Amino acid sequence: MSSITGRSELDSQPSGDLAGSTRRLGDRVFAGLSVGSGVFVVVVIAAVAVFLIAQAWPSLRDDSVDFLTSRTWNPGGSPPAFGVADLLWVTVISSVVAMAIAVPISIGVALFLTQYAPPRLARPFAAAVDLLAAVPSIVYGLFGAYIVLDYLSSIQTGISTVLGWVPLFSGDNIIPNSIFAGSVILSVMILPIVTALSREVFAQTPAAHKEAALALGATRWEVIRTAVLPYGRPGVISASMLGLGRALGETIAVLLIINVVRGTFHWTIFTGGETFASRIARDAGEFDTPEKTGAYIAAGLVLFVLTFVVNAAARVVIERRKAFTE
Amino acid sequence: MKISRSARLGGMALVGALALAACGSDNNSGSSTGSAGGSSSSSGAALSGSLNGEGSTAQKNAIDEVVATFSQANPNAKVSYNATGSGAGIKSFTGGQVDWAGSDSALKTDPGDGGAVSEVDAAKKRCGGNDAWNLPLVAGPIAVAYNLQGVDTVVLTPSLVAKIFQGTITTWNDPAIKAVNSGVDLPDQKITVFYRSDESGTTENFEKYLAGAAPQDFTAKPSKKWAGTVGQGAAKSSGVAQGVKSTPGGIGYVEWSNAKDNNLGVAQIDNGGGAVELTAESAGKALEAAKPDGQGNDLRLKLDYATKQAGVYPIVLVTYEIVCSKGTDAAKLPLVKGFLTYLAQAKTQQDLAGIGYAQVPDSVLQKATTAINAIS
Repeated sequence: MSSITGRSELDSQPSGDLAGSTRRLGDRVFAGLSVGSGVFVVVVIAAVAVFLIAQAWPSLRDDSVDFLTSRTWNPGGSPPAFGVADLLWVTVISSVVAMAIAVPISIGVALFLTQYAPPRLARPFAAAVDLLAAVPSIVYGLFGAYIVLDYLSSIQTGISTVLGWVPLFSGDNIIPNSIFAGSVILSVMILPIVTALSREVFAQTPAAHKEAALALGATRWEVIRTAVLPYGRPGVISASMLGLGRALGETIAVLLIINVVRGTFHWTIFTGGETFASRIARDAGEFDTPEKTGAYIAAGLVLFVLTFVVNAAARVVIERRKAFTE
Repeated sequence: MKISRSARLGGMALVGALALAACGSDNNSGSSTGSAGGSSSSSGAALSGSLNGEGSTAQKNAIDEVVATFSQANPNAKVSYNATGSGAGIKSFTGGQVDWAGSDSALKTDPGDGGAVSEVDAAKKRCGGNDAWNLPLVAGPIAVAYNLQGVDTVVLTPSLVAKIFQGTITTWNDPAIKAVNSGVDLPDQKITVFYRSDESGTTENFEKYLAGAAPQDFTAKPSKKWAGTVGQGAAKSSGVAQGVKSTPGGIGYVEWSNAKDNNLGVAQIDNGGGAVELTAESAGKALEAAKPDGQGNDLRLKLDYATKQAGVYPIVLVTYEIVCSKGTDAAKLPLVKGFLTYLAQAKTQQDLAGIGYAQVPDSVLQKATTAINAIS
């Protein structure tokens, strides 16, 4: 898992021993299979991109407003007018808020499991966290929409009374089914992903590092700060990006929880909105013309690019940090 | 992600328990109406074969209910209905993939924005040059549902409904609302509007009603997407109903069954001929008051949204079963006719009234039966 632990020596020489070995049948078959798998993934990604662009292009050409900055959405009209500014904002802010909630908790849980908890407790506990990842998102959606919302609205009011001067937390147009409520549920959904990966990384902290810190008289917290956290940082970043990817693309839970609010735009996260995925899912039953479908596919394309950029950024960060290896 | 063996076993036990629980609590809604189905296959011989329909989601519950009782009477007949949306249903019908389509609106006669052929022509081509007929056999009333503690009845006029949903009237004790609700103690509470955020035939028909009955207060062109800018959009009828339910002072338009299931107040509508409570009969009468809009056995209706006739609940979504007049696969013909005849029975319609649909009145059913008999 090179993406998690930074890079090891083995990663940098993947084909070394294959090149010189005698070519037996098994070798060739297995090499073929693995090369095939690798190529297949790339082909699938490329095919998705080509499909999205091909379907979206005619609609984008006919769009009568600026696709990236407009807030209108009327792809069925003549002329069609659709822009993704709203969607982009809500998608990004809901995911970022979810990350802000989930990542610190995940790191806490992972540190607890690897550094503090006795193994007897850590194993079932870890399994329970993993189980969270297996719950389908519709279940989270229902849980959020029918149970959590009731408790969140007073928290929202509280935050907006204290921090209302920050546009992000302003109390204008505050509703219970808000972006914030969606973010809270998203954070629960990405928690297990980030926790599980961070746990794996923290557990791999070389004993030598920790013992060295202890030998210098470090307390447990100091060991974590000086040995475990620096070692695990690229892994945690990588895990967070995986979580962010899930949050950006989450559909059904967002659809169920966040209500739509039209009219004047507000920066606050306590109002409603739509993400790319939720709007596409919401209207998917009514795609009646290719032009209209194309508009939604164009929105999907932006989401595709967005996740691509996020992943690329994560990769850059990890590459920079690869000095932290054994 | 490592999952220890004991956790795996635990997980399996849990999943198993859940699966068993799911079996146990499965409620058999079909059985309550089973007796109705048993006695109703009037034609005698049980039908067999398979029949596929596709289309309107508004019809889904109705068709599911009818299929359940129909297949008890005809155990060898397999009828399936795929609720993919009216547009998709019509497309599948004209493409020849399904035997009949369910739709929130009759086949369109004009070609529309980009399409080269109209739905009517496309359907005609599918039926081998014969007309397709629109049969109004399932009708769903749209309720204006509200959440006001301690207020049992609220009467609204079309103009009030339009003003409330467009944000001109913002509190429940507005003088305009009080004027038509004398004797009702309306609270000083903010009105929170809920609408459908997804595109929906319910929205389109609700807007058609507002445009028809209160043209000076509602000027937007009816479409599947809600035109207003105030309030909150929630996904599907269940989302709107849930929103109203959890918000004191909330109001929204939903299919009647959603309002009933959530115990929401349903406003009485006064089009000018007195306040009318929403019942299966009062909603059914809207179909009787409607003008026929098609020729011969094509029973497309033009609802009179502004009707002042007493006892007619005017906000109704009429959905059609679209079938070929001629040209249906001969092997499937008896089943098509049998199923539609079953749907067009007064007894079946009474069952549908029980699950939140309007009861299509006898006069319309008779015409439909004539049409169904003429299918060949």
